[in-house]
Amino acid sequence: MEPGPGRPLVTLTPIHEDGNAMDNTPMLEAVGINKTFGSVHVLHDVDFRIHPGTVTALVGDNGAGKSTLVKVIAGIHQPDSGTFRVKGEPTEINGPRDASRIGIEVVYQDLALCENLDIVQNLFLGREVIRRGFLDEHAMERRARETLASLGVRTVKSVRQPVAALSGGQRQTVAIARAVLWNSDVVILDEPTAALGVAQTEQVLALVRRMAENGLGVVLISHNMVDVLQVADRVAAMYLGRLVADIPVSSSTTTEQLVELITSGRSGDLGATEPSQ
Amino acid sequence: MTDSTSGLDIDGGGAESMAATDFALDAPVTDLAGAARAAIGRIRGGELGSLPALLAIAVLATVFGAANPESFLSAINLANFLEQASSVIVIAMAVSFALLLGEIDLAAGFTAGVSAAVLATRLQEWPLIPSVAMAALVAIALGLFTGFMVARVGIPSFVVTLANVLLFQGILLLLVREGGSVRIEEPVVKDLVGANLTVALSWAFVAIGVLAYALLLMRQRRAADRPTPWSVLIVKVGALGLGAVLVTAILTANRAFPNAPEPIRGLPIVIPAVLVLVVLLNVLLNRTRFGRHLYAVGGNPEAARRAGIDVTRIRLAAFTLCGLLAGIGGAFLASRVNSVDPNTGANDTLLLAVGAAVIGGTSLFGGRGRMMNAVLGGFVLALIPNGLTLVGTRDIPLLGTVEFGSSGVKFICAGAALLLASSVDALSRRRTP
Repeated sequence: MEPGPGRPLVTLTPIHEDGNAMDNTPMLEAVGINKTFGSVHVLHDVDFRIHPGTVTALVGDNGAGKSTLVKVIAGIHQPDSGTFRVKGEPTEINGPRDASRIGIEVVYQDLALCENLDIVQNLFLGREVIRRGFLDEHAMERRARETLASLGVRTVKSVRQPVAALSGGQRQTVAIARAVLWNSDVVILDEPTAALGVAQTEQVLALVRRMAENGLGVVLISHNMVDVLQVADRVAAMYLGRLVADIPVSSSTTTEQLVELITSGRSGDLGATEPSQ
Repeated sequence: MTDSTSGLDIDGGGAESMAATDFALDAPVTDLAGAARAAIGRIRGGELGSLPALLAIAVLATVFGAANPESFLSAINLANFLEQASSVIVIAMAVSFALLLGEIDLAAGFTAGVSAAVLATRLQEWPLIPSVAMAALVAIALGLFTGFMVARVGIPSFVVTLANVLLFQGILLLLVREGGSVRIEEPVVKDLVGANLTVALSWAFVAIGVLAYALLLMRQRRAADRPTPWSVLIVKVGALGLGAVLVTAILTANRAFPNAPEPIRGLPIVIPAVLVLVVLLNVLLNRTRFGRHLYAVGGNPEAARRAGIDVTRIRLAAFTLCGLLAGIGGAFLASRVNSVDPNTGANDTLLLAVGAAVIGGTSLFGGRGRMMNAVLGGFVLALIPNGLTLVGTRDIPLLGTVEFGSSGVKFICAGAALLLASSVDALSRRRTP
C-alpha cells in the first residue's frame, strides 16, 4: 500500500503468524482523539487500535503524546473530541472506573505496590474476596497461584512473600499479574523493563508474550527498540501528537526504521507525509 | 487460546497442576525442622517482629529474678505486675492503630484520662451502663477529632496530637478540678483491675482458651491447600497449653501474705479482659477488609488510593478506633486506683503507651505491627519499674550505692529500652531491599 499525498498514516491489516487473532474486530478502538492542555495540542486526530492476542508497541520520543494517549484510554484524561469502540460497540470512558469496568488495566512505571503486604494481598488489594464477612485467604491464595502459573511465572518462591523481599522484575510480575487477574481484555504497560537488568527484562518480555498468547490485547510503551522488535506484533509510532505509523512488525523491520519514525515522524514509505506542521 | 475475549484462563485445570509445580517451594514445611528453618529464615530476612521484646522479657525476668528471687518471683508480684501492665497495654493497642498508618498519637494517655474522668464523674449521678456509654462516646469523639484534623485538614499527626496533649489535659483539669480527684464506688469498674476470677472460672477460662486455639488451628489446617503438619500444630497448642496451665496453677494458689484475713486466688480479671481485646482486634486487623486496607494505607498510601481504597476514610476510622481503645485504657487506669485525678493518663503513661507498641515490634514507619506487640512491649515497660523497685538500693562496684527503685533509674531504663527498640526497627527496615 502506497501512502499517497495527504494521507498522514498507514494502517495495514494485522497479520499474525500464530493465527490467534483471526478476529479482525479490535478489542478497543480510539478514533479521532484530540486533546489540548491550554494552548498545547497534545493529541492530533489520533486513531489507535488494540487487537486481541496482539502486542502493540507504542513508541515515540518524550513529549510525543504516548502517556497522554494512555491516560485518555485509561479514563484519567477526557479527550476534547473523539470516540471509543469496544469490540465494535461505541463506548464512553468517563473515568478510571469505566475503563476498568470494560477491562482496561494500566501498569504504571511506579508499580504502586504495598511493600509491607505479601503477593496475594497486593494482587487482591481493593478487590478482596470476602466469605461470610471475612477475608477468604485460601480462595485468594489459590487464585493468585493459578494466575501466576498461567503467566508462566517461575521465579517467585512463595505467593506469601512480602513484596519488600522481591526483586524489581518480580515486582513488575506482580503488578502485571494484578492487571490480568480480573479477566481484563486490554493491558497497557508503561515502560515495564526500564529499570530492569538483562535476565529480568527477558522474564518480563516473556510475560508480555504470554499475555498476548492468552488472548489479551497488550500495549507496550518502550524506548528500547530491541525489546520492541523482539516482542511486538505491531508498532504504533507517535510524533508530535500524531500517530504517524501503525505497522506490523516483520523480519524486515529494523531498529533504524523505528528510530527514524520516532525522531522525524517518517521513514521511507512509512509515516507522515508532512512530518512537521 | 482461541477465545480472545475472555482474558486469561485462570480457572482451567491446567493451571491447577502448573501451580503445584511452579510453586513447589511455596510450602516447604512438612515437619518440625522445616517449621524451625522457615522461622529462622524469616528472622534473617529482617522480619524480627516481636523477637526483641521476647528476648528483653527473658533477660529482664532472669536479672530481676536473680537479684531478688523471693519477692520478684512470687505469685503476688506476678499478679501485681500483670495489673500494672494492663492499662499501658490497652493504651498501647490504641496507639498501634495510629502507628500502623505511619502516624502517631502522643495524646492517647490524655484521651484515656478524659474518658476515665467522664466515667468517674458520670458514675456519681448515673447508673453504670449510661456512664460507660458516655465515656466511650467521648473517647470516640476525641479520636474522630484527631482523625479529622489529620486526614481531612491535613495537619501532621505529630502536631495535632501535641496540641491534643494540651487540649485534653485542659479538659481533664476542668472535669476533675485542679488538685481534686473523683472516687469510683461502682463495683464493676473497681473490679476490672484488682479483682480475680474464682478458681473454677480461672480453669474454665484457660480450658476454653486453649481449646479454641486448637480448634482454630485445625480449621485453618482443613481449609489450607497444603496443610501444616500435625507435629507443628501439636507443639503450638502444647506450648500455649503448658504456659497457660503453669501461670494458672501459680495464680489459683493462695498468694495472700500469711497473716492476711482472706485468701487471694484466681486469675486477675485483667487477663481475660486484655486477651478478649487482643483477639477481637486481631480478627479486625487480619480477617477483615478494613484491616487489610489499614495495612495498605500504612504501607503505601498512593498504592492504596490507586487500588480504589478511600484513604481518608480509613485514616478517620483508625484514629476513631484509637480514641475508643484509649478510652477503654482509661477505664483500666481508673480501676487500678479506684479514682481519677488530673494526672490520670498523664506523665509516664502517656509516653509508655507509645513506647510499648514500638518496643513490641510495631514499626514507627507504618504498615507493620500486631496487637500482640503492644502486649509484649507493655510487659517489658511494666517489668522495668516493677523489677527495679524490688531490687531496691544496692552497692555496685565503681558506681557506689545505687537506688534502683528511684524514678530516675526507672525513667533512664525505660528510655534506653525505647531507643534500643526503635534502633532495631530502623535497622531491620534498612536490611530489607
